Order: sequence, then C-alpha cells, then structure tokens
Amino acid sequence: MRLLEYQGKELFDQYGIRIPRAYLAYNTDEGKEAAARLGYPVVLKSQLTVGGRGKAGAILKCKTEFEMLPKFDELIHKEIKGELPRGILVEEIVDLKKELYMSLFLNRSKRCYSLISSAEGGVEIENVENKIIIDTPINGLSSQIAEDAARNLGLTGNTVAAFTDFTMKLSNLVNEKEAELAEINPTGILGDGSLIALDAKVIIDDNAMFRHPELKKYEQISELQAQAEKSGFSLVELDGDIAIIGNGAGLVMSTLDMVSDTGGRAGSFLDFGGRATTETIYEALRVISKIKRIDAILVNLFGGIVKTNLVAQAILEAYKNKIIDVPLFARISGAESEKAKEILKGSQAKLYDTVDEAIHAVVKEVSKERN
Amino acid sequence: MIKDFDIFDILIGKENDKDYKKKSVIIQGITGSYGSTHTRLMKAYGTNIVAGVTPGKEGQNFEGIPVYNSVAKAVKASGARISGVFVPANFFLDAAKEALDNGIKLLVAIPEHIPIKDSIRVLEYAQMQGAKIIGPNTPGVIVPEIMKVGIMPAQPFKAGNTVVLSRSGTLMYEVSYILTRAGYGQKLCLGIGGDPVNGTNLIEAFNMVRYRQDIESIVIVGEIGGDSEEQLADYLIKTKFSKPAVAYIAGRSAPKEKRMGHAGAIIYGNYGSAESKVTNFAKAGVPVAKRPSDIPELLAEKSRK
Repeated sequence: MRLLEYQGKELFDQYGIRIPRAYLAYNTDEGKEAAARLGYPVVLKSQLTVGGRGKAGAILKCKTEFEMLPKFDELIHKEIKGELPRGILVEEIVDLKKELYMSLFLNRSKRCYSLISSAEGGVEIENVENKIIIDTPINGLSSQIAEDAARNLGLTGNTVAAFTDFTMKLSNLVNEKEAELAEINPTGILGDGSLIALDAKVIIDDNAMFRHPELKKYEQISELQAQAEKSGFSLVELDGDIAIIGNGAGLVMSTLDMVSDTGGRAGSFLDFGGRATTETIYEALRVISKIKRIDAILVNLFGGIVKTNLVAQAILEAYKNKIIDVPLFARISGAESEKAKEILKGSQAKLYDTVDEAIHAVVKEVSKERN
Repeated sequence: MIKDFDIFDILIGKENDKDYKKKSVIIQGITGSYGSTHTRLMKAYGTNIVAGVTPGKEGQNFEGIPVYNSVAKAVKASGARISGVFVPANFFLDAAKEALDNGIKLLVAIPEHIPIKDSIRVLEYAQMQGAKIIGPNTPGVIVPEIMKVGIMPAQPFKAGNTVVLSRSGTLMYEVSYILTRAGYGQKLCLGIGGDPVNGTNLIEAFNMVRYRQDIESIVIVGEIGGDSEEQLADYLIKTKFSKPAVAYIAGRSAPKEKRMGHAGAIIYGNYGSAESKVTNFAKAGVPVAKRPSDIPELLAEKSRK
C-alpha cells in the first residue's frame, strides 16, 4: 500500500521525525483557512500516489491569497497520470540550508533493508552518482552505521547527531510498520543543523497489513477492488476494452503482452490464483462485469487439475444469469476440452486450443465493435 | 562461495542410496484442504510422503500417512529432510522455524501472502541451520516422472534434460508443456516464487544445477519486478556458462507502479522493467522469447550453434 504524502508524514510525526506545519484541504475555503493559519508564503501539494509531482505541476508555491485561490482550484481538479488528487496539502515553506536524499528500502536481491543517502536532495535518486548505500540488519539500523553515513555525506557539527537520530527514527518506523520503502526526498537541513522531512513516500507491505489494523484507515480501494480482494483475486484496472482473466499472475501478464502485441488493448488484469474452480471462474466473471468499458472477455486458463467441462458450465451459468453479456473467448487447456466445447455450443463463448488463436479471435472481435 | 548445494542429491539421492528416488518428504498442514488435495496428488506422482504435521491431529492418518502434532515427532519417526509447507500465511514463520529446528534441510514454502519480514527472518534462520528454502509463493519443485513437492499438475511435465527455472507458477506449467510437446523433456522444474524476497533466487537456483553433466539446456521464465534476471544474466557471463539458455519475460506491457498479481511483480521507475531484463539477457547471449510458444525454436537455434 502506497501512502499519500500527508499519511506518510503523519507516521513520521508519530516517530518523532520533524515535518513542516501543514493542513489538508479539500476545497478553496479550507485551503484559504489553512494558508491563513500558516501565514504566506505556502506551498500547495496535490495528494497523489504517482511519482514526479514536481515536474507534472502538482506542487505550486503561493505568495498571497490572491495567487493561492486560483492555483488551489486548478490543482484540486487536475488529473495527473490518470489520478485525481485526494486532497491538497497546504504547507508552510521552510528556510533550508541544504537538501539531502534519504531512504530505507527493501533490497530484494540482497534480501535485507538498505539505507540510501545522498548529499543531493530533491532529485531522482536513480540519476544521482554520489550516493551511499548501506545494508542494515533486519532489526534495524544501528546508530554507528547511521553516523558513518552522515560523515560520508560530508555532514559536520551537530548535523551528524541530527542525521543519526533522524535515520534511526525512520528505521524504527520501517521496522515496526513493515514498510517496503520509506523515502524522504528531500530531507532539509535547517539553519540550526536539525533535519526536517519535506516529502514522504512510504509503501507498506500489503501482506503484513493483517498485523497493522492502525494503518487500515489509509487504505482506499474502489468497490471493485474490494470485491476482487474479498474473493482472493488480484485485479488491476487498465484502460482498454478486453478483460483478461486467468489463473496465475505470470500467465495473465503473458496474455496481456500477447494481446498488446496483436494490437488489442487490455481493460483489466484479473488473476484468480492457482486454485481454479468453477466458483472462482463464475466469481471472476462477476467482478469483470462491473467494469463498464469492456467489450469482450479473454480467459486464459492453464488447467490440469480443474476439469474443463466444469469451467464451461460456469461460463454458461454466467450468461444464463445475465452476469455477462459480451462475447467471451477462452483458451482452456486440460481434461475434457471436447465436452466443454459441446457445452458452450450456441452461446457467446468460444473455446480455443491455443492462446494465440483465442487472442486473434478476441482482438478481431473488438476491432469489429470499434468500427 | 560455499560448495554448491546439489538439489538432486536431496530430492532423489544417488544411485546406490537405499532410498534412491524414494527420499522421505513430510507435509506441514497435511489435513488442510489444500494440503490434503496436493498430498494425494504428490503421492500419486511418486513422492514418498512419510508423515504429515497438523497440531492437534496426532494419531490420525491421512490415506495411510501418519499425522503428528509436531515436526520433531514427524522427523523422528521418518528421518525426512524435506518438508512441503501448506500452512496459512500467518502460521508460516512458526511452521518454518519448527521445521528448520528439527532437521529439515529443504523447505518448500507453498503459501502466498507471507509478510516480507517473515520471509527474511526464515531465510536468516535457514542460513544458520545450513538449510534451503524454495519459495514462498511457489508452485514448488518437480523432477518429472520421479517426484514433486508442490502444487503443479503432472500433465505438462516429461522427463528429459532441460531445466526450467521460473518466477511464476502457471507460466512454468505452460512453458514446460510447450517444451514437452516440442520434445524437450525436463530434468527439473523449479518455481522460485512470485514474492519480492525469494528463499532461493534465480542465481542460487541456477547454481543448484549448473555443474550437472546431464543437463543440456536451461529455460528461465522471468517477469517484471526486482533485478534477479539482471543478476543472473551477469552471473552467466561471469561463469562463462556455455550450454544453451533461453529466457522469457512476462509483463512487457504492464503499467509502472502497479502490482501485477504477484507481490514481486512491480516496476518502480526503471527498476524491475522488462526492457532492463531483456537487455541484460541479450548481453549474456540469452535470447528472450516474445511468446512462450517461441521458446522451443529459440532453444533449437541455440543448440545448433
């Protein structure tokens, strides 16, 4: 789960990591009140989960109320990379001596957490040459490691202790909240040598959420997502017109790629997991049917354990109960596939022996619909 | 590097072993619906399942397999060194530790949705005990026509001399089935798992088989997320691996910053992108198939060279 900036900062605050004064606002009136309380100048920050907000024009500075009102209005309605903001953070502008980069992240290949820091802040860390990467023990950073990193960054005086304290607090947060990533970019150094978090990018391990009921309030998922999750499915909504469902994440991704290579556009990715039963297929079709722009359904099911004729039965049932009304193209490998074809004869569903055939058929069908 | 772990040694043993091709396996979570279904299928395939563990169910037996309350008792009664774990995700940490404390040397971790922190802890623990973990979130491992520890169906696989290493489950079945039909039987098919942290990563899985004379080729089934394919590509160059190797990468058309089904299948920036993996494999002389069905042809081409 990717937290919004203000949510990440709430966690920072709980862990004693200093953050600028700020208020979350949803309309211009609230924005005006927030700015008045903070005093101008302020910065308006669109609350989005997508990266690169600065470049995308989702962060705007305002010197006066006259300047702020239209900017607020613009931001709150501005969709960035397909996402509308969930509020605008109105924040004080702080005077900084210097900016740093800092993050703790799950290092997948090393199977541990690593601390990355750099004396260049506010930039994309991938493009930074001078960065320090240090692996940390599973229970968190030691103050010695943090202090070494501070000296390596060229920090001096009381900033060394401030940096150590700051990263230790961040490490506690990552460890206790089971984050995959906690990034503070930029981290500001104030005139007195202390540190402040100007941004927050925190990603919590979804699989650890059962241990963190306190973070539940940050979860914001669509009704459709909630339904998919309840059934144990993984659903990603995409912008095309072909709903793709199958058993297994890799298989469905592979189907997505082949559909795109054939000129089709996927409207959804739905993986109903390794345990394919007639119930799961029926349920998957029910979830898919809630997506409006779908013109056809492509099912790629690698069977083996599930019987194909039972799958066909489930599809037939879905048409009969008016769960779905668009054509369905399926590649279902497994036992009893001849029987399955017989069952679906005369319905809007067609079975194919290979995934290539099914993909060509579905792409042809939707291009017909489009014309 | 420590002497590489020969996975065949532990899974099937050596020809003069008394239990050659009949190595003992225990199943943790044997009485659950998932565990019991697959215990039946594994047994039918030829896996020598000697005991099961479900706390509170000791004294029962499942299709002739005795059930114990603890791994300690199951191991004591059977001498097994391999365990297939089918417990729910929130019990995994304890189940795995218990197995590792009681002499299990190869733990195949089937469950999905294990918190990363638990996986890392189990891995550290396994390292201390000199044991290997395959998974979590894996279909398991199969030595076709001999035995399997996992949830894969039997029909896609056929004995032969190709090795399939995969981050995905069903895609491993699909690719193996394609290979089987094209005449490439398999020596071993191993799912490393779809999580961000794998007990056995691609390089380690490769090291489990690279020295074997009887292996003719390797097929790597990767996907977006992380950099284990890139690391393996570098390693193939470094170790001058000369047998034919072909790869497939799923998720070329996946959007960034979206988790595509697997916890580990997510691209951040350029980290984890399909392009990066394809480029690195190309550097290592490993062709990347555009579709799974193109794999046999690429393999045939590599074998001719």
